[in-house]
Amino acid sequence: MSRAQEGRKPTKMVPVPSHSIIPERDIDKSPILECSHLGIDFGGLRAVDDFNLTIGRTEIAGLIGPNGAGKTTVFNLLTKVYQPTRGTILLDGKDTSGKTTVQINRMGIARTFQNIRLFSNLSVEDNVKIGLHNQERYSAIEGVLRLPSYWKRERSAHERALELLSIFDMQDLANHKAGSLPYGAQRRLEIVRALATNPSLLLLDEPAAGMNPSETAELMDNIVKIRDTFQIAVMLIEHDMKLVMGICEGICVLNFGQIIAKGTPAEIQANPAVIEAYLGKRKEG
Amino acid sequence: MSNMGKRLTGMKRSTRTSMATYGMVILAYIVIQLIRGLRDGGVGPLLEGQLIPICAYVTMALALNLVVGISGELSLGHAGFMSIGAFAGCSMAMGLESVIPAAPLRLAAAMVFGAAVAAVLGFLIGIPVLRLNGDYLAIVTLAFGEIIKGVVTNIYLGLDSAGLHFSFLTNGNELLDGGKELIKGPVGVMNSERISTFTAGFILVMIALIVIFNLVNSRTGRAIMAARDNRIAAESVGISVTKYKMIAFATSAALAGAAGTLYGCSQVTFVATKFDFNTSILILVFVVLGGLGNMWGSVIAAAALTILPEALRQFQDYRMLVYAIVLILVMLATNNPTLQSFFARLFRRGGDDDDAAPRKGKLSRKEAAR
Ligand SMILES: Nc1ncnc2c1ncn2[C@@H]1O[C@H](COP(=O)(O)OP(=O)(O)OP(=O)(O)O)[C@@H](O)[C@H]1O
Ligand SMILES: [Mg+2]
Repeated sequence: MSRAQEGRKPTKMVPVPSHSIIPERDIDKSPILECSHLGIDFGGLRAVDDFNLTIGRTEIAGLIGPNGAGKTTVFNLLTKVYQPTRGTILLDGKDTSGKTTVQINRMGIARTFQNIRLFSNLSVEDNVKIGLHNQERYSAIEGVLRLPSYWKRERSAHERALELLSIFDMQDLANHKAGSLPYGAQRRLEIVRALATNPSLLLLDEPAAGMNPSETAELMDNIVKIRDTFQIAVMLIEHDMKLVMGICEGICVLNFGQIIAKGTPAEIQANPAVIEAYLGKRKEG
Repeated sequence: MSNMGKRLTGMKRSTRTSMATYGMVILAYIVIQLIRGLRDGGVGPLLEGQLIPICAYVTMALALNLVVGISGELSLGHAGFMSIGAFAGCSMAMGLESVIPAAPLRLAAAMVFGAAVAAVLGFLIGIPVLRLNGDYLAIVTLAFGEIIKGVVTNIYLGLDSAGLHFSFLTNGNELLDGGKELIKGPVGVMNSERISTFTAGFILVMIALIVIFNLVNSRTGRAIMAARDNRIAAESVGISVTKYKMIAFATSAALAGAAGTLYGCSQVTFVATKFDFNTSILILVFVVLGGLGNMWGSVIAAAALTILPEALRQFQDYRMLVYAIVLILVMLATNNPTLQSFFARLFRRGGDDDDAAPRKGKLSRKEAAR
């Protein structure tokens, strides 16, 4: 029986400035992410406005809200796919303004995509090795001349790729073409590829979309396992309330680009504004 | 199953593809050399004159395939890099005549120089263009090819005891006694000696293959293909897309430059208009026909289509018509699903996939990351 179905003990959450809560165990460590007054406009549309959020070092945080609320846009702001119109983002206490997507990844944010973006012509193993790009380094010249550093780094990239794939028990699929995998496996591969970049904050955009209930339960276990093993923070967007309420410690609810509630799963499920905007509609909370 | 067979199926598919391609080229070289050595009249006057151009065009096709197939960018001016390599390399070869008397060494130095000049130009073009998303490289390289042709047609370069003389004027340079003109504007280059050999061409093709295969099967190659397949995903894992597109483009330009030197030094004389838009398109045809990202396909297509027009001389006026018909037939045949699955079966045994598989559809554009 999966741990997800047994139910987890709720984490004790404590308030921090910016009206957020983080797990009590993270209170002595500086938060991994602090957003203040973050916002972006698309023409006249305020897609995200006055977004304030703090996430603890090892927290699993949820970002939920109805379709079109601006959740993915928040991820795109955090990873600088879009440059924010307003506000600041501190990653590990460091200001990220003016940084590029590439620099943000090197600073410690890795992500998956709502619409899967694998390198679908390449093998599963190569997808993970591409994630290891900045971990197992050697120059183009060393690669072309196949110097000893090439063989050494390639070997260790191969081993690390298989090791990371084994988190999801996917090491046997290493030589398959990424695009030929079933949908659920593609989502898991995206998580592995993101993890390969050695992030301190992992952003998952609807990781359970298209998965069946047993796959979802397994995914929940694995997200918790990843957090425990790598001691990183995870922020996830998800419409599956069972997943969100099951593993998220702090939840932030977005509606029309505005945060309408923050709190523990229990608080969010009892929040009338949330029920009206989101949960009430789905009758799942 | 033989031991050899076991080892072959045990290898990664990418390793098998590269080994097969090296083998094919080496075998072709040995066979041609044997025929030339043993048979009266060698490979015949028709093929004999085409041996070095074939090597040059095969290298050009490989170089362009690195850009189009592996990096997913379109270049419509690769003949421009060939031109640069031919003019820079051959002037260098003539200038070094007294310094390096051994022809093979002089050719090697000339090729390195031709490659370096072409790579620098490729780099300069890449700086503004490869930052952008979309088909800008095609437009800019198209213009580049035309500009190079125009500029080189008007260059007069001479060498005498006082040093190099350079001019854009039609009356050229006034040289001291014993000086020689290296580039003579629209008349082009008159080589004092044809130093290119078939063996040099073979070595260049092998170098191009090794560079490309080793690059593709390395960290750098994976980054280039990641940038091709999904720009946003590549950036999200910390890969600088511009940098890797640049590496592919500059490497390709360098190989094209070396091919240009090889070609130039095999001719008695050549002019800048030889390397025009038609030549760029011809090389692109080799790449498309051989398959995007498919290196052995490029080798075969470039070799076959370089000989074909010569072999078709017997059709006289209908030569280009027959050439076009053959091209169309080959395209139809290679797009035939039955034939495709036949070749796919031939190569797919280990279950793993071609690292250098071409991207599907058009060049990726920046869409919102969802
Ligand atoms: N690049 C863009 N240009 C213009 N409008 C955009 C852009 N990206 C997002 N939007 C708009 O911003 C709003 C928020 O979109 P977003 O994709 O963030 O929603 P979401 O909360 O992720 O929704 P879903 O649950 O459907 O994924 C939508 O109205 C969307 O149309
Ligand atoms: Mg979304």
